[in-house]
Amino acid sequence: MSSPTKFKLTFWKLVFFFLMAAGIYATFIRFTQGLGASTHLSDQFPWGIWISFDVLCGVMLAAGGFTLTATVHIFNIKRMHSIIRPTILTAFLGYILVCAALMYDLGKPYNIWHPLIMRNPHSVMFEVAYCVMLYTTVLALEFSPIVLERFNLQKPLKVVRAILIPLVILGVLLSTLHQSSLGTLYLIVPEKLHPFWYSPLLPVFFFLSAIAVGLAMTIFESSLSSKHFGLQLELPVLQELGRVLVVVLGVYAILRTEDLANRGALRLAFRPGYEMYLFWLEITLAIILPLALLVQPKLRNSATGLYFAAVSVVLGFITNRMNVSITGFEGSTGVRYFPKWTELAVTGSIIAAGFALFGLAVKYLPIFPKEEEEVVHELSAASESEVPEAEPVMEHAGD
Amino acid sequence: MSKALLYDSTVCIGCKQCEQACADQNKLTYNDAVAAEEIQSDHKLTVVLTRGDKFMRRLCMNCNDPSCASVCPVGALQKTALGPVTYDASKCMGCRYCMVACPFSVPKYEWGKLFPKVQKCTMCPDRVAQGKPTACAEICPTGATKFGERDELIAEAQQRIHDNPGKYVDHIYGLDEVGGASVFLLSSVPFETFGYRTNLSKDPMPMLTYRVLSHIPDFVPLGGMMLGGIWWITHRREEVALAESQKSSAANSDKKNGRKS
Repeated sequence: MSSPTKFKLTFWKLVFFFLMAAGIYATFIRFTQGLGASTHLSDQFPWGIWISFDVLCGVMLAAGGFTLTATVHIFNIKRMHSIIRPTILTAFLGYILVCAALMYDLGKPYNIWHPLIMRNPHSVMFEVAYCVMLYTTVLALEFSPIVLERFNLQKPLKVVRAILIPLVILGVLLSTLHQSSLGTLYLIVPEKLHPFWYSPLLPVFFFLSAIAVGLAMTIFESSLSSKHFGLQLELPVLQELGRVLVVVLGVYAILRTEDLANRGALRLAFRPGYEMYLFWLEITLAIILPLALLVQPKLRNSATGLYFAAVSVVLGFITNRMNVSITGFEGSTGVRYFPKWTELAVTGSIIAAGFALFGLAVKYLPIFPKEEEEVVHELSAASESEVPEAEPVMEHAGD
Repeated sequence: MSKALLYDSTVCIGCKQCEQACADQNKLTYNDAVAAEEIQSDHKLTVVLTRGDKFMRRLCMNCNDPSCASVCPVGALQKTALGPVTYDASKCMGCRYCMVACPFSVPKYEWGKLFPKVQKCTMCPDRVAQGKPTACAEICPTGATKFGERDELIAEAQQRIHDNPGKYVDHIYGLDEVGGASVFLLSSVPFETFGYRTNLSKDPMPMLTYRVLSHIPDFVPLGGMMLGGIWWITHRREEVALAESQKSSAANSDKKNGRKS
């Protein structure tokens, strides 16, 4: 792995240590003085940025994991195989960080295991709790071959490989449930959530947008990785993801427009106001801008065009999740919520930890295929069609 | 069998003795400063609001099909057969979904504590179980807050509206809201004056999420079969293609081939 220039490295390290220091101090306040002292949460606004960003966006940004494992293992599209490991790594890290954020947000984090024995299947939160627990386990198992290879542990590797397809299917099912259930959470508040965002279709919207973000994150992270770890950009793969992204965004746009029109919320879209501006920010970033970029074949096939479309989609749907969980409640509660510095510091340090762990994993684990082994890799893929997911295993075994 | 509270705001004199009794019952501090607070909070589970010469209580409605109990992942909140919606702090993990979900925004949180609980009026479940009225109803000097059988109180509320035309808003708040509650309110001014939502559905809110959740038992096996089927088709197609290409080029027949077919 070629490293970036010395200056850049020092700068990002500085940013990292600053964020971590602020995060550790904020953590101290959170766990010694409680939620009241460490957040701007209130009885009117019980869920803040730790739920909106760290959990809702965190889970959404990890959606590449199930999107790509389904593409490669279920739909058997082998061209995508070269980018599956960094995507699984992103998803796994994402879920670990979501769990970490939950420990901050829950009032009594030491009771987090309670859903295991105290069950209320009528609760969406119960479904969410199980999805988090089970899918984190599935992701750990999907990620495990990378670690097992590194330490050349053949026996457990065989076991994981044998159950890989059922595991992938379970992962896709759990993800579908989890992504949609985060939207289902808000179905119970029709009188509180602004009509821009309350819809009986919330679970569908959350699921569809998770697929779009999963694709966009894969493009985004492949582009960044190729730049920072000096890898060759898998442009043909990204172009294909870009084409699928157009379709998913198109379907989402049609459903969303129809839904707004059916509920009579469309006319609100042209009545100036706080909610209207944030609604249009979301729609522009998530749908209009990326579609405008991606429908042009020249831009869709260029690395830059794909990169900017992907960034726009990611930012747009982050705005969407924040709107659903924060903006949409401000009207009915009559309270404006803006996170306290401690909330931002915790979120910042969690993001920083994510980047740092990704960097460490790339450095010490066989995440990206090595260029010189690409030939062997492809040959084995062709002959080992029965277990395509296992092909890089032997080549990297001796690393 | 099921108990309820009827609060008639036209009889209320705003003495706030119910606030005091509620605080005592729930072992919360009550003094002049707390009495002056016109908002429900973790240390004030019921409040008597004043608008001009009109009064109105706010307290947990103890719904028949409560959103809070439905959304609680660990079942810390429960609707009891007698009427009260109770809370078990030892189960609670502090996700605060009950606070988000409650259509009346009743559950409050102990933000100032390191290990916080949810606080809400639970309709004095211990007293009710012993056959006693709630603390607020027992202390009420004018009978504005009345405790009794749910059916009888509904009939009485209807009678009061019927017998005093023009005195009341023609609405028993809590009778139909979100599928009905165990607390009924009568008022001479619109309920919105005191921040009560009047746009609530007559259907219980939990159906909104349960309609989606109830599909999970179908979704998992069907989705699993579908994904498994797609996997089988895509891989079988590849096997066939491979076998045919090998048949034509004949030379490539090692043991791996045998294993595959």
